[in-house]
Amino acid sequence: MSSAILYDGTAVLGRHLQRIRHAPAILVMTQTMPIVFLLFFGYVFGSALAMPGSDYRAFLVPGMLVATAANGIMTGMFTAAQDSHRGVMDRFRTLPMSRAAVPLGQAVADLLTTAVGLVPLVLVGLAMGWRVEGGTPGALGAFGLLLLFRFATTWVGILFGLVSRSEEAAGQLGSATFMLPLLSNAYIPTDGMPGWVRTVAEWNPISAVATAVRELFGNAPVPHGAAWPVTHPVAGSLAWCAVLLAVCVPLAVRRYANAGR
Amino acid sequence: MTSTYAVLSEGLEKRFGPRNDPAKTVHALRGLDLAVREGTVCGLLGPNGAGKTTAVRLLTTLLRPDAGTARVAGHDITTAADAVRRSIGVTGQYASVDGDLTGRENLRLFARLLRAPRGRADELLDRFGLAAAADRPARTLSGGLRRRLDLASSLLTRPAVLFLDEPTTGLDPHSRNGIWEAVRELAGEGTTVLLTTQYLEEADRLADDIVLIDGGRAAHTGTPAELKAQIGHYAEIVVPEDAGEPALHAAAVVLDQLTGARPRVDPERRTVGAVVLDPAVTLPRVVRELDAAGVPLLDATLRPPTLDEAFLRLTLTRPAPEEVAA
Repeated sequence: MSSAILYDGTAVLGRHLQRIRHAPAILVMTQTMPIVFLLFFGYVFGSALAMPGSDYRAFLVPGMLVATAANGIMTGMFTAAQDSHRGVMDRFRTLPMSRAAVPLGQAVADLLTTAVGLVPLVLVGLAMGWRVEGGTPGALGAFGLLLLFRFATTWVGILFGLVSRSEEAAGQLGSATFMLPLLSNAYIPTDGMPGWVRTVAEWNPISAVATAVRELFGNAPVPHGAAWPVTHPVAGSLAWCAVLLAVCVPLAVRRYANAGR
Repeated sequence: MTSTYAVLSEGLEKRFGPRNDPAKTVHALRGLDLAVREGTVCGLLGPNGAGKTTAVRLLTTLLRPDAGTARVAGHDITTAADAVRRSIGVTGQYASVDGDLTGRENLRLFARLLRAPRGRADELLDRFGLAAAADRPARTLSGGLRRRLDLASSLLTRPAVLFLDEPTTGLDPHSRNGIWEAVRELAGEGTTVLLTTQYLEEADRLADDIVLIDGGRAAHTGTPAELKAQIGHYAEIVVPEDAGEPALHAAAVVLDQLTGARPRVDPERRTVGAVVLDPAVTLPRVVRELDAAGVPLLDATLRPPTLDEAFLRLTLTRPAPEEVAA
């Protein structure tokens, strides 16, 4: 059974990669947006922040990497909602194939394109003065965590996309997820936020992952006196990913299998 | 019993809409009984909204029935959905291939998912004349090519039962003939085919048995010959504008005597029409009798009835199904 999931999942993965090959423009656009944001935040907003510019940009780059990973919600939602209106989904459902293969193939395809897409973002970050200061094992751990987080948020997006079943609704909800990193420490430290806003921001999974990635890259120390996932960022991040996957994977697979029935 | 029937359904029901609001519930199927013998072509004939597509979606495991049972290739559609899926091919009303992938990529993808040999995809490209579709994204293909690609996608494993949901709707006559030829060929190889259609002609040309479906039920079942014998032809004459009411009236009397059916008079269009069941009533005879009665004629036709007229004829005696709230 599990080999059927892998075999069918690989076939669906191939379908997504072929689609990207036929229409690479969309990919280029989604990869360009984080770079534009990085420059915008780094040189426009960042110039007005109390942190000295170069320090802020070193703080910002890992945050932007995490915010980009969190975009898995938007991409996953839009792709799943768009696919659910395609006749090919009906054909998949009449085939004796694994029900989990269709969302799994989508999630893995997204993971591969994200891995490639992180490269230009990292290069721009390096050009802005950001450096890996924590050694190679830490850096590898940071990239691994970014991809794991992307994988988890993609499943969240797939679930929402299958539930919304309308491209417009998915598009609007997806754009709203752009605000999630704003309510975290991805762009700005939480220290200065008023009480309850700070609590919400620290319990935002993005904060745990951003803190962990900064720690692993050796860019910023773990803050004291914050919520548990932020003071134990690596464990907190892994826990967040585990929870998101444990909840969303089974729900998304069931939703896909039963859609329209 | 079941082994001789490729599709056998009893009392299939499907409702759509909110369960808690009976006023908005749509009864797509109200107890559909079907029996399709192995190796035959069954035509599910009915107008839009009759429940044809719902029937196909239930039998291909895309929907779950609210009541009733069905077996496809001997497997229960509810409890053995995966076994059903291994036995069927499905071509939907809308081409169910990935529009962004080329014809070859689509066929290879489905071949992989069906564990069919890789060469089978290329074989089907050849057989269905899909060379022009092989390297172009499916969404850029013409309607006919796309439908053929869809059909080829359903045949990667030589399914026991092939479902075709309105396979020629929206196609030009040339493409339609191509699909018809392919279906006949498959049927000749022993594949059981269940096809839905809005066209009497299509069911007549392809099907061994026709099931008229109306209001979510099988309203009538028979061979095309039986069906045609029962619905006969439709004779319609047009009188010139300068002929008065008496001409229409006289024509109605003559047609009544000839056919025994109550003629329909349309004073607006100046036509009189009647259903003709007796094969001895030919167009020359209609014209001769009218001429003998002194009815001036502008036009006269004797044609197969439209689907609407056939339905009126075969289902008029049946009381309209009552709207039963769920």
